[in-house]
Amino acid sequence: MEFYPVLLSRIQFGFTISFHIIFPSLTIGLASWLAVVEGLWLKTGNVLYKDIYKLWVKIFAVTFGMGVVSGVVMSYQFGTNWSGFSDKMGNVLGPLLAFEVLTAFFLEASFLGIMIFGWGRVTPRMHFAATLTVAVGTVISAFWILSANSWMQTPAGFEISDLGIFHPLSWLEIIFNPSFPYRLMHMVTAAYLTTAFFVGGVGAWYLLKNQFVQQARITLGMAMLMALFVAPVQIFLGDQHGLNTLEYQPAKIAAIEGLWETEKGAPLILFGWPSEMQEKTKYAITIPKFASLILTHDMNGEVKGLKNWPKDERPPVLIPFWCFRIMVGIGLLMALTGLMALWLYIRGTLFTKKWFQIWCILMAPSGFIAILSGWFVTEVGRQPYIVYGLMKTIEAASPILGQQVFLSLLAFIIVYFFVFGAGIYYIMSLIRKGPASTAGDIYGSKGIKVHPSIIAIEGKSHA
Amino acid sequence: MLDFSELLNLPLLWGGIIATAIFLYVLLDGFDLGVGILFPFAPTEDCRHKMMNSVAPFWDGNETWLVLGGGGLFASFPLAYAILFPAFYIPLILMLLGLVFRGVAFEFRFKSTGAMHKFWGYSFHFGSLSAAFFQGVILGSFVQGVKVSGRVFAGSSFDWVTPFSFMSGIAVIFGYALLGATWTILKTEGHTQAWARQVAFYVLLYVGLFMGLVSLWVPFLNETIFDRWFSMPNIIYLSPVPLLTAFGFIGLYMSLVKQREAAPFFFSIFLFSLGFLGLVISLWPWVVPYSVTFREAAADPRSLSLMLIGVVIFLPFVLGYTAYCYYVFRGKSSEEHFYE
Repeated sequence: MEFYPVLLSRIQFGFTISFHIIFPSLTIGLASWLAVVEGLWLKTGNVLYKDIYKLWVKIFAVTFGMGVVSGVVMSYQFGTNWSGFSDKMGNVLGPLLAFEVLTAFFLEASFLGIMIFGWGRVTPRMHFAATLTVAVGTVISAFWILSANSWMQTPAGFEISDLGIFHPLSWLEIIFNPSFPYRLMHMVTAAYLTTAFFVGGVGAWYLLKNQFVQQARITLGMAMLMALFVAPVQIFLGDQHGLNTLEYQPAKIAAIEGLWETEKGAPLILFGWPSEMQEKTKYAITIPKFASLILTHDMNGEVKGLKNWPKDERPPVLIPFWCFRIMVGIGLLMALTGLMALWLYIRGTLFTKKWFQIWCILMAPSGFIAILSGWFVTEVGRQPYIVYGLMKTIEAASPILGQQVFLSLLAFIIVYFFVFGAGIYYIMSLIRKGPASTAGDIYGSKGIKVHPSIIAIEGKSHA
Repeated sequence: MLDFSELLNLPLLWGGIIATAIFLYVLLDGFDLGVGILFPFAPTEDCRHKMMNSVAPFWDGNETWLVLGGGGLFASFPLAYAILFPAFYIPLILMLLGLVFRGVAFEFRFKSTGAMHKFWGYSFHFGSLSAAFFQGVILGSFVQGVKVSGRVFAGSSFDWVTPFSFMSGIAVIFGYALLGATWTILKTEGHTQAWARQVAFYVLLYVGLFMGLVSLWVPFLNETIFDRWFSMPNIIYLSPVPLLTAFGFIGLYMSLVKQREAAPFFFSIFLFSLGFLGLVISLWPWVVPYSVTFREAAADPRSLSLMLIGVVIFLPFVLGYTAYCYYVFRGKSSEEHFYE
């Protein structure tokens, strides 16, 4: 058996980062949502918000823990498996990652302790500040890591030395490289939507089972507001991101579209089976001239096909082609769900229609699938490059044996499925248990909880 | 573009920053890994519960220093990062997997019952144990040196398997166990504290043995290290290091005898500081022993300058709110009901 270190390293990186991205996708969204929920609790004094917070902060803690341990693995793999990349790109990308640690990771990790364990140790206001800080931390973290990823897609603001080492010329151009604003907005919005649909699905499940109805109504209602207003925004952002990709990575777009020939008035291929061997997309169902219309906003605009590039500079086609359709399909379903919710709300049946509850439960994992699909599109679509147009993936690899990568990959697969499988199981059992009602708790004038034993003696009136 | 290379010795500053980050990691994650190492030996379930609660709010922040150490090395000495990480591929992956098992155990253990509850307890223990061991192995093989040709690692997959590296793996386990035991003395009371004090006595003995062994072994690994410590006049200038170490051992022993609560933990930190200082003195100026110096591996001065601004602005905040978190969760862990 032949062990190809580069291929195995790619699989390992793809595997570990795919697992990893699931957790931050949820924690970015949950942190912001929890901040809103806790803010509403402090503002209105409605303990239902506190019940919701207390349940979801536990789920947040489990998810965050898994995000941390799978994230530490990522920060070491640049070196273990991609040392060629690290050596050449450290000057440019290193500072972005260092800033992520300094401005985000410490913030999140430190205030997370207060967020989870700090009840009763700090004032409710300070606790709210901790939640808010963690929420801001997750977004700052997304800012830096997406800046680094975007730079690898659309490098800017650098020069290359005789040794092939990249040096910074302009930090603003590096950080705010051409694809960064689009990718950042698209991803953060995706995390928010993913969380909304996950949380909303749980709410719908409680309603279907007629449990925790009051809390579930609030949860589902908030989720549907997101679906109604944010899903259409996401479709717009995605379109803008696609146009940006057309400008800087036209080969990726050609793969997404399954277009082989460069033509004016290119058709939109809805579905089909791209074949790299035959250099065409088989069984294609097309809408004439539509690809040109979407991409160039002109019926007869020219769109480059894959044959425009030599074979060794083309990305694989099948994965970007299909994952793109999955992502877009889910995006459209999310927007549709928002409209359905609006229609039901107007008729006064949003929280009672069983079919809609079942629909929302089915949609609960949709965001995760869309995010993974989107990343598959963008990461596979930039191959064969690790830094677009400048460094091929094969040039980035470490001088290590295929056998050891094979073994580490095997270990990661076994451990991740087991450990994170257990984590998902525990999240599910937390959901099954549902929010414990804190409605019986008594709060003093400053929102500080009075110990039950005191109430037992003193009576509620004193509190 | 920003460039302070005319004003400041950036490679030296950054060497100091990275060394400090790694040292803080060793101290901070050291005590919570140590708690994990001692975990199954605690006399009762209640003790274990209190031990785990005593580190639950902190482990996450502590581990972030590991990310700063790794990420910071990538950013400030990319060449060293690119050579060292492939060299330590296997022990690094095993360390990371250990950290996975240990990190998730905090949340999982309290959410499970019966056999799985037990399993995550062992996951916490063996995860901590293997993370500590492989950190020691990496340290040991780092001290022994790494084969380099040009800008890449030129050794083989198992260069790290040596008697010295395994010895330092075990030494680090005992070192962390000492930090863990003295932390437990600080954060618990009653029979948990009494047990931890007992453990600290035993562990201190082994730490002494291993520190002695490492101190004798390292100078014979490399001639320059030998000369650095034993040539005139260095032997006089450097003599405070072993003397202070001896003082640290006596101080720690006495504080255990006198049943002090906080002093043993700070004496352990003192001992770790001296051990770390000894390593820095031995390995100076290598960032990849014995082929690449920190000056050769340093990143572009423009990168180092930008990050220096980041460190100057943000690190005081980080230290400030880290201290605040330790302040919020001060006192004994028996008062906590974190996981119920």
